[in-house]
Amino acid sequence: MALSDIKRVVTEPLISNNPITVQILGICSALAVTASLKVTLVMCIALTLVTAFSGFGISLIRNHIPNSIRIIVQMTIIASLVIVVDQVLKAFTYEISKQLSVFVGLIITNCIVMGRAEAFAMQNGPVLSFFDGIGNGLGYSILLISVAVVRELFGSGTLLGIEILPLVTDGGWYVSNGLLLLPPSAFFIIGGLIGLIRIIRKDQIEEPDYTISPNTENSGGQF
Amino acid sequence: MEHYISLFIRAVFIENMALAFFLGMCTFLALSKKVETAIGLGIAVIVVMTITVPVNNLIYNNVLREGAWAWMGEDYANIDLSFLGLITYIGVIAAMVQIMEMFLDKYIPSLYNALGVFLPLITVNCAIMGGVLFMVERDYNFPESVVYGLGSGFGWALAVVALASIREKLKYSDVPGPLRGIGITFIASGLMAMGFMSFSGVSL
Repeated sequence: MALSDIKRVVTEPLISNNPITVQILGICSALAVTASLKVTLVMCIALTLVTAFSGFGISLIRNHIPNSIRIIVQMTIIASLVIVVDQVLKAFTYEISKQLSVFVGLIITNCIVMGRAEAFAMQNGPVLSFFDGIGNGLGYSILLISVAVVRELFGSGTLLGIEILPLVTDGGWYVSNGLLLLPPSAFFIIGGLIGLIRIIRKDQIEEPDYTISPNTENSGGQF
Repeated sequence: MEHYISLFIRAVFIENMALAFFLGMCTFLALSKKVETAIGLGIAVIVVMTITVPVNNLIYNNVLREGAWAWMGEDYANIDLSFLGLITYIGVIAAMVQIMEMFLDKYIPSLYNALGVFLPLITVNCAIMGGVLFMVERDYNFPESVVYGLGSGFGWALAVVALASIREKLKYSDVPGPLRGIGITFIASGLMAMGFMSFSGVSL
């Protein structure tokens, strides 16, 4: 395994094969935790670590897992890692773990972790799978952090709880956009981001399912 | 009775799994291209949730919860196994899905064939896991957990069928290139989520 392989698996998921915008995995948490940047950062770190270490663990025993029970074996490894993360968060950052509520537990069923375990770690060596996990975790983080920055900055005028745009209610000038604090705004922001990325990366544009046939009424002359 | 009806309505509309908590989004977006598949998936989710949430409720209250082993005697009164929760719930969900698959295959083959590949996929659907975790967090008792499981499964199914019907029409519209496919689906589900937010004013 060359260094270039590691570089490839880390950088590819950032934009060109981003888990959220291209693979459409792990959306649940992307929408629910992005109202505040601090919570988002904790979630991203947790997810990146779980993806990396579960890739490493699953890849280590990939040749010994019987095919018929592989899902449950992967689940057990992932669930154990998530329990560790959950306990650490409860011990050291109790407030944030309360805010994340069920979403730490939901890392288990986060499709990024399962998807990478199934698609990458089952076929590749442990070190490469570890870096693949890091890369996909970072790709997820980039998107989540950009959504969270938009939502927190324009929704409540703060970043990480520090005031950036002084609100009218506190004697400042900025009228906050309440829509961005509501959960559905994350849908619009991610949808818009996908559009932006595809304006630049034209190769990611999807083929239409259905095209309107061109107007033939005046071209043939048979009418 | 009134309490259970209001719990059901709240789980279906106000706290809709897909559109208020955004759970089960991966399958929600990936398998909502056709109304037919969406209905099959929806039924599978309803059945699995109605079974797994109450089963996990029993396990949590009788095995994992602090003090659940008190009947064994003094020494066991302080045992708190709730840290094993996550791994137990996912194990139960996977096992229930497997059992249900075998049961349907034997006794109701028509439903089994209709659900097909969706049954195993449900194991990794976050809506199921989310339902179980919310049930634990809110400390529902057994009858409440039955109603909650049924209601939240039904709400998810409703949302996925609604999105599928929108997408079936959407494919005939002229969407700008970069937003085509998944981009416009996100925006459509955002609008649906805003519509469902209007239920949050309903007090039960």
